[in-house]
Amino acid sequence: MATIFIDNKPYEVKEGQDLLQACLSLGFNVPYFCWHPAMHSVGACRQCAVKQYKDEADTRGKIVMSCMTPAADGTRISIDDPEAKAFRKGVIEWLMLNHPHDCPVCDEGGECHLQDMTVMTGHSYRRYRFKKRTYRNQYLGPFVNHEMDRCIQCYRCVRFYRDYAGGRDLNVFASHDHVYFGRHEDGILQSEFSGNLVEVCPTGVFTDKTLKKHYTRKWDLQTAPSVCVHCSLGCNTIPGERYGKLRRVSDRYNSEVNGYFLCDRGRFGYEFVNSGRRIPQVLVRPERNVDAIPVSREEVLEHISGVLHFGARVIGIGSPRASLEANFALRSLVGPENYYSGMSEKEHALISSIIKILEKGPARSASLNDVMKSDAVFVLGEDVLNTAPMLGLALRQSVRQRPMEAERRLKIPDWHDAAVRAAMQSERGPLFIATPAGTGIDDIAAGTFRGAPDDIARLGFAVAHELNNELPEVTGLSSKVHGLAKRIADELRNAGRPLIVSGTGCLSEAVIHAAANIAWALCEKGRKAQLCFAMPECNSVGLGFIGGSSIGMALKAADEGRVDAAIVLENDLYRRVDAAQLDRFFDKVKNVIVIDHVFTKTSAKADVILPAGSFAETTGTVINNEGRAQRFYQVFIPGLDIQESRQWLRDMMAASHIPLAGQWKTLDDITAAMTEAIPSLKQVREIAPGATYRETGMRVPRQPHRYSGRTAMFSHFLVHEPKPPEDTDAPFSFSMEGYEGRHPSPLIPRFWSPGWNSVQAVNKFQREINGPLRGGDTGKRLIEPGDIERPAYFTVVPAAFNVHDNEILVVPLYHIFGSEELSVISPGVAELSSKPYLALNPRGLKGTGTKEGEEIKLILNGRTYNLPVKFMSDLPDGVAGLPFGLPGSQWVELPAWGRVNPENADIVQ
Amino acid sequence: MNDVTGHLIIIFGVLFAFMTIAGGLIWVERRLLAMWQDRYGPNRVGPFGLFQVIADMVKIFAKEDWIPPFADKPVFVLAPVIIVLSALMSFTVLPLAPGVGVVDLNIGLLFFLAMSSLGVYSITLAGWASGSKYSLLGGLRAAAQMLSYEVFMGLSLMGVVMMAGSFNLGDIVEAQKGMWFCIPQFLGLAVFIISGVAETHRLPFDLPEAESELVAGFHAEYSGIKFGMFFVGEYLGITLISALIATLFFGGWLGPVFPPIVWFFIKTAVFICGFILLRASLPRPRYDQLMALGWKVMLPLSLANLMVTAAVLLATGK
Amino acid sequence: MLSLLKTMWTVFLHLFRRKITVSYPEEKPYVPPRWRGRIILSCDPDGGERCVACYLCAVACPVDCIALQAAEDEHGRRYPEFFRINFSRCIFCGFCEEACPAYAIQLTTDFEMGEYKRQNLVYEKEDLLISGPGKYPGYNFYRTAGLSIEGKDKGEAENELPPVDVRGIMP
Repeated sequence: MATIFIDNKPYEVKEGQDLLQACLSLGFNVPYFCWHPAMHSVGACRQCAVKQYKDEADTRGKIVMSCMTPAADGTRISIDDPEAKAFRKGVIEWLMLNHPHDCPVCDEGGECHLQDMTVMTGHSYRRYRFKKRTYRNQYLGPFVNHEMDRCIQCYRCVRFYRDYAGGRDLNVFASHDHVYFGRHEDGILQSEFSGNLVEVCPTGVFTDKTLKKHYTRKWDLQTAPSVCVHCSLGCNTIPGERYGKLRRVSDRYNSEVNGYFLCDRGRFGYEFVNSGRRIPQVLVRPERNVDAIPVSREEVLEHISGVLHFGARVIGIGSPRASLEANFALRSLVGPENYYSGMSEKEHALISSIIKILEKGPARSASLNDVMKSDAVFVLGEDVLNTAPMLGLALRQSVRQRPMEAERRLKIPDWHDAAVRAAMQSERGPLFIATPAGTGIDDIAAGTFRGAPDDIARLGFAVAHELNNELPEVTGLSSKVHGLAKRIADELRNAGRPLIVSGTGCLSEAVIHAAANIAWALCEKGRKAQLCFAMPECNSVGLGFIGGSSIGMALKAADEGRVDAAIVLENDLYRRVDAAQLDRFFDKVKNVIVIDHVFTKTSAKADVILPAGSFAETTGTVINNEGRAQRFYQVFIPGLDIQESRQWLRDMMAASHIPLAGQWKTLDDITAAMTEAIPSLKQVREIAPGATYRETGMRVPRQPHRYSGRTAMFSHFLVHEPKPPEDTDAPFSFSMEGYEGRHPSPLIPRFWSPGWNSVQAVNKFQREINGPLRGGDTGKRLIEPGDIERPAYFTVVPAAFNVHDNEILVVPLYHIFGSEELSVISPGVAELSSKPYLALNPRGLKGTGTKEGEEIKLILNGRTYNLPVKFMSDLPDGVAGLPFGLPGSQWVELPAWGRVNPENADIVQ
Repeated sequence: MNDVTGHLIIIFGVLFAFMTIAGGLIWVERRLLAMWQDRYGPNRVGPFGLFQVIADMVKIFAKEDWIPPFADKPVFVLAPVIIVLSALMSFTVLPLAPGVGVVDLNIGLLFFLAMSSLGVYSITLAGWASGSKYSLLGGLRAAAQMLSYEVFMGLSLMGVVMMAGSFNLGDIVEAQKGMWFCIPQFLGLAVFIISGVAETHRLPFDLPEAESELVAGFHAEYSGIKFGMFFVGEYLGITLISALIATLFFGGWLGPVFPPIVWFFIKTAVFICGFILLRASLPRPRYDQLMALGWKVMLPLSLANLMVTAAVLLATGK
Repeated sequence: MLSLLKTMWTVFLHLFRRKITVSYPEEKPYVPPRWRGRIILSCDPDGGERCVACYLCAVACPVDCIALQAAEDEHGRRYPEFFRINFSRCIFCGFCEEACPAYAIQLTTDFEMGEYKRQNLVYEKEDLLISGPGKYPGYNFYRTAGLSIEGKDKGEAENELPPVDVRGIMP
């Protein structure tokens, strides 16, 4: 701890910080622009000036930039010094010389850091009489809007985009007062994290283009804490609603998970909530193959109670994209023995295996923060930028750990970003990537390996053998691969915090086993090795906890005629099982009830379709890949017949006279029942205060105190204002009424503090800059490593991959935009998603004259697909890639052997 | 037969005349108060706003006649009836002109005093039956105020009775042919006017309703036509006291040129206006001031008046 | 006692004073030009809708009786998709007018807006729009703001330089 004196008062601060960080952590208002908590100081904007004194006797002092001055013991500064104040005011005045007069039509208005800082420093009138500079704007794709006139040249955008996120297509051009931030020409921003420019930019140069289409000010958004549902990482978000439509998603800081950033899929994938594909009302299909007709709630419940009569054999198929509570409600309705997890056989096996590895093994599951802090990483078989994008961003930070340590020895402080980067140059820590196809983070990798899933697993086993001789040896490796394995093993062994990343992406159990072996071997050597598995969906782990068998078992039961009715919860089975098998299932099962929020191929077959709430319209719990259970809260009340899935299930229970329904009045009741039935979920009750939580007798308001239009929003329907609905499941109110002040961290509905209207207000909610939120970060880890003497290593090493003569191994490829079911419904994401294709290595097509884009025939599992070819030169020989889950594609069991253009025998070597 | 018809005509004539006056007073009072406050008052409905009365009547009839659940229902209903009845009964002994009156009662004045004492029941019962604090306080105040002022109201009239030698109102009028009693009985007149105001609980002695402290006092819980009856009862009271002042002190129907009945109504109207002027100009006293005035000033004054009158009568030997 | 009679006499004499009542509606009262009456949305001198849907009036409104939704035409010009004022809640405080950066929302001298049905006090944009510029002739927001819209490119607003040539190499 160091003692610093601010305006002659002593304060205790943590050592190794800059003064700006220290002052903000202490709650002082020091204005800044170029500094960002995640990107630290460069001292470019001169806005955070304070006066520093040599000692007590010094009365003159000198102006210093607080972000460039260490908060060393005994530092004396003054924030309130008149000269420092005048300096800061002057800086703002210069910045505002060319700032346009368009706040009213600027999307940043009302949450603009520049506005906040201008007010904070007291600048109010433009004395400069000359003309304002203007720029031409660029088209930057469907997510980010560009308005260069507003720029104040803080360089935060390029520092984030290039230095932090590794993007290459945004840069700064021209010189002196013509400095321009943009692309070299109009075009879509290539980075997966371009949406963060919206929050990083202190003013309105980069704004949210999806929000622009239905623009609403921050003060008019009804918000609640939520969790992203578009991948397994469970990033914390704040969705905002107005007039019954979800308007945008912004970041909710969580130091352990996503920090200050979100990926574009998470930020812009929300529009499916407003899409035309939502199921608006209860629909019943009188007969298969006719259009479903709308019926009333009462009618459908009566119909369902007929279907679920006593003695009927009813099964329930859950979903990894539905909350724990909804899945548990389904399990309770049909009984645990009739509950199926809704994952494909392979997915089910992989996830059970991963949970077992994390629970039974000595290696801890890593949070994204842990990933960022790892100093040696080995990625096995996972294209993280496409399956769990934020994991890729975290890995980009992890490669800086090793060189940072060298710089610490040179006495360069961590926060001195410009100096750190100058000293570091292109030096990077060890990151090894072994995947079937190239990935977006290969540029920072110390070594890459391309191979079929089995070969990746073999590399993994070889590394494990290098670390621990007792582990099975992998024979027949080429010397090159063997050398790579040795190198990886050395780097991991020498690291303080090694990390093994893998996941379900390869759909190969061997890969996962290899990853576990490596981590465990490191743990046995006394290293704090961690494991990080990417999973397919937001609640895959949660479903693993709830149990039930895979979809395959449900199909089998139906085939054997043991099923009268099936309830499918928020699940498009056609994305998980072969279509022909499913069609047979639908023929066999007389009554299929689908509860979902969007129309899917599955709902097109259902006899009863019940409209469920999306993540923004429900409250529930999901468990992310780390094993962290997190609560997401209902943001707004949906219209029409839509209600939460668990409410539908409860209504069904009531209609069929299951006594449990009577006890389930609120979410807390279901959670209590769930934790009782499944003891491993016990801690779910502790992740957030219950629905009865009140602060001085008041709820937490979902609407900010400046929310406008309360008496006019719906007055065209009826001039008498209705009473705001009451939330029985959460301690939030659907109004402005409630406690304005500090809330427990899981209940923070938005980041706002007096004078801090922008997202930068988060510094008022953190215990210290970049530290956890006051009251602790949200979520509870349900998986902690077991305390084991010797882990149960996996001993089966797969055989080496052999290139087949006439066949090709088709492995899944993933796309950040397109492979995820819900986000791709959003128009912006859909625009960026690719059409289905077959990725082939041009080497294998030599001499066939096949051109890129040409349609070729793929025979897989006895079925023929016509797909355009895409050349992917880094695919290993004998391996082809098929994108997973793109709109317009069909589910295929992968990896599988297929044949390409069989009439042309030469095509595959 | 003719006799009965004649009586019926007079009865209904008197009833109609005084009810009309009482009803019209609603408009008269609002207009006059407005004029004295530099306003116009109700002038929208009909010529000079005359039909305001009709509009108000329609409104008051159409209003919800609500009885609070905590009220003593039969008494609550009975109370407004009593006030209207007792006021109307008093009019029976009033001679409008020679031989024009419902009854020519030789104890007319005593009958009037008896009837006006009955009025206090209405208000006390209304205050009690409403079952609310403010009403009860209003009722209590009314009981004490009206009982006190009744005493010297009677006493103040005894001078007139002595001078006329009769309780018959017709005879009293006839006895003023030479000189109106307002001159010899000046003190009696003053005491009678003051106690008359108190008896009708008009401003400035409206302590039983006192809006600013008791909301509306005894009739706080009344609405619709029941409230209307209290309202009309009050105006009937004003008319009655004004008519009595005219009869007892200003020679009733006596007067030149115009027919007697016209004189009677002219005089009554002047005193009614006087009542309204009182309301327009004087503030409400405190309750203890009201009682002190009654017992410490009015009672000695009226007794003195009585004794002086008796002495003068004895001395002059009339 | 005498003072009471004097009071009564003084009050009585008021019978003959001039009445201060203004007999509205026969006699129209004087309404100052800055009177805060019925709210209107004005048009700029070119006849275009002035409102730029910035939401500042809505947030300034102490009774929250203004609701609107911003939309954009194909050239990026902001306008309100709907604009609703619930006059049954309005307190005519004029904060909306003060907040408006475009002089679009203005309070007028009209106060005769009684209705028998409360629902009729909900005014939509078509009820609020007038055809003229109201109290502020000559002002046009987009002529001073830097954004380009139809008929006004970058650098063509008042007090603006032509767009920077990023590829230029002049110092």
